[in-house]
Amino acid sequence: MSAKVKPRVAVFKMASCDGCQLQLLDAEEALLELAGAIDIVNFAEASSHIEPGPYDVTLVEGSVSTPETEEQIKEIREQSKVLVTIGACATSGGVQALRNIADTDAFVHTVYPTPEFVKTLEDSHPISDFVKVDLELTGCPVDRGELLGAVTALLNGTMPRVSTSPVCVECKRRGYVCVIVANGEPCLGPVTRTGCGALCPGFGRGCYGCFGPSQPPNTEALGARFLTLGLSKKEAADKFRFITGWAPAFREAADAMENGDRPEKEAAKP
Amino acid sequence: MTHRSVEVPVIARVEGEGALHLSVSDHEIVDLRLEIYEPPRFFEAFLAGRHFSEVPDIVPRICGICPVAYQMSAIHGLELLFGVEVPGGTRELRRLLYCGEWIESHVLHVFLLAAPDFLGFDNAIEMAKVAPDLVKTALEMKRVGNDLMAAIGGREIHPVSPRVGGFSKAPRRRDLEAFLPRLEWALGEMPGIADFVAGLSSPSLPRPTEMVSLVHPDEYPMNEGSLGSTTGRSFDASTFEEVTREVHVEHSNALHSEMIDKGTPYFVGPLARVNLNADRLTPVARDCMDRTGLSLPQADPFFSMAARVVETAVAIEESIRLIRGYEPPEPPMAEVKPRAGRAMWVTEAPRGILYHRYDVDDDGRILEAKIVPPTSQNLRHMEEDLRLFVPDVLDSSDEDLTRMCEMVVRNYDPCISCATHFLRLDIKRT
Repeated sequence: MSAKVKPRVAVFKMASCDGCQLQLLDAEEALLELAGAIDIVNFAEASSHIEPGPYDVTLVEGSVSTPETEEQIKEIREQSKVLVTIGACATSGGVQALRNIADTDAFVHTVYPTPEFVKTLEDSHPISDFVKVDLELTGCPVDRGELLGAVTALLNGTMPRVSTSPVCVECKRRGYVCVIVANGEPCLGPVTRTGCGALCPGFGRGCYGCFGPSQPPNTEALGARFLTLGLSKKEAADKFRFITGWAPAFREAADAMENGDRPEKEAAKP
Repeated sequence: MTHRSVEVPVIARVEGEGALHLSVSDHEIVDLRLEIYEPPRFFEAFLAGRHFSEVPDIVPRICGICPVAYQMSAIHGLELLFGVEVPGGTRELRRLLYCGEWIESHVLHVFLLAAPDFLGFDNAIEMAKVAPDLVKTALEMKRVGNDLMAAIGGREIHPVSPRVGGFSKAPRRRDLEAFLPRLEWALGEMPGIADFVAGLSSPSLPRPTEMVSLVHPDEYPMNEGSLGSTTGRSFDASTFEEVTREVHVEHSNALHSEMIDKGTPYFVGPLARVNLNADRLTPVARDCMDRTGLSLPQADPFFSMAARVVETAVAIEESIRLIRGYEPPEPPMAEVKPRAGRAMWVTEAPRGILYHRYDVDDDGRILEAKIVPPTSQNLRHMEEDLRLFVPDVLDSSDEDLTRMCEMVVRNYDPCISCATHFLRLDIKRT
């Protein structure tokens, strides 16, 4: 990128809570510094000044869950050199993807007072279901440090590296007491990507998977462990089926807990 | 015949996605619609079947700007149903957490979202080039609110420690005391901020209305209290659905609220709270109110920004008081035994009253949930404001008219993300 022409950065939102783009506004002084190095040309939450594409770097939060957003993300992709999806909604469909399971399972019939007013796709999708994504930053919300680090790296022309190791590693590094071992509390830390700084174990509770699956996640062993803690199969499945429950590794783990019998057999071992 | 139309396809500097369509013919409004196209997320549908202990982790995802509000309405309602006695100090710690959210949310709105309108900037980054000290002060104040939330909740967006029964872990006394110098500094900035807001030239929109908020005999309301209105209505969270109802309109993915008896809209938020709780304002807040020129009773929505400044002072003063008296709850969490029934509660989110209702079974699983956020309660009132406001400013240029219409909307600090996630679903189970 030329030194004189500032990179054009855009921020978009689909189905989401605003929390991930709020991480940018919460960056405060760092945002002001960053704003000096880039042109923020489209960021509706922060500015009335809105320019059309093309964009050098585009950040998108939120999942695709309506026909309109499906079209919109394709247009955004065409306008963007580098497309970065941020947060659990954009990378795995978000907590609202819980309805994906409910539609086919527990709910037989869902009706609005006037359903013809509402247009919606059957499922809540991660953005990568529709377009090529150059970088995914998971988290609910995305971690501010990871986000700023990634944007800075991209502006310097390098693709950032994102840790895929589990929360457990971070937990040990910080010397936290293991909530599974000490309290018998179910924790997704062994199979969840770190990025939060092992926040939940540090606050005396189990991880609930905000940052999605680590690589590679041994969900089978953890599911079996949950049963030994006294959880029913449904309760154990619900642990995986949560904030990032539509991520393939967690979706398969939840299905296996409810439908398969293997974890239970393993759980029966001494 | 002169015909004019104004389209604002994306309303900027609000949370979430909305558009405004205005069509005028011979000085008559032919069409005016605040279109909410933010995609619905169906929280009430997928809450059904989940365990009550998961609710404080699900509902904050409705809004990244006011996650604590969602946790507080849910937690208080479920604890009342289950008959939980929380450990001593829990009540104060929850109020302190809420103060952090009020500071963060109000300062974000006043400076980063609203002030650029009055000073003719597109955003706070542009504004910072001309008024760097002002923006730096605002960002530092917002950071105090955010850091307070993170110290108690683990992080400011979607805190992790608030649970049904208390907190998974309570902060140490010295960790909270470390905030005192920063809070004292922020409080010292408040009169200047009030003077700044008083100096902004603002349109006005005097109108008849009914404002609704919590009222509490001893304190400025956040987590507790009964409901009152400026027309003398008095009711309780348990009768909320008998007093108000939500109506589905075609152009909005959010429901509109109205009073059942009169079919009229109502107005919730900081201005409603100040009107109904003026005698519970803290000293610096009272001084700020005088400085902004906010006199009571006051129904002009353009005084909402002043009300946010007043409440920022309340939240800072309350934070100082609560930290000085803080004793960590021990143990941090009470034991919780679920029982079947209906949980209902209202707390004061930064944008106004937030109602939650959960029907729960014997095992503590949610059978049905209903959530009524402040922005959807305000939507019809907002549209009415526009209908009243637009005829007086039709002589303005399209650019000015658009900006003024956006200001009318922004008075409410609307959180469209919140408002759209509650389209009613009738769920039939097999």
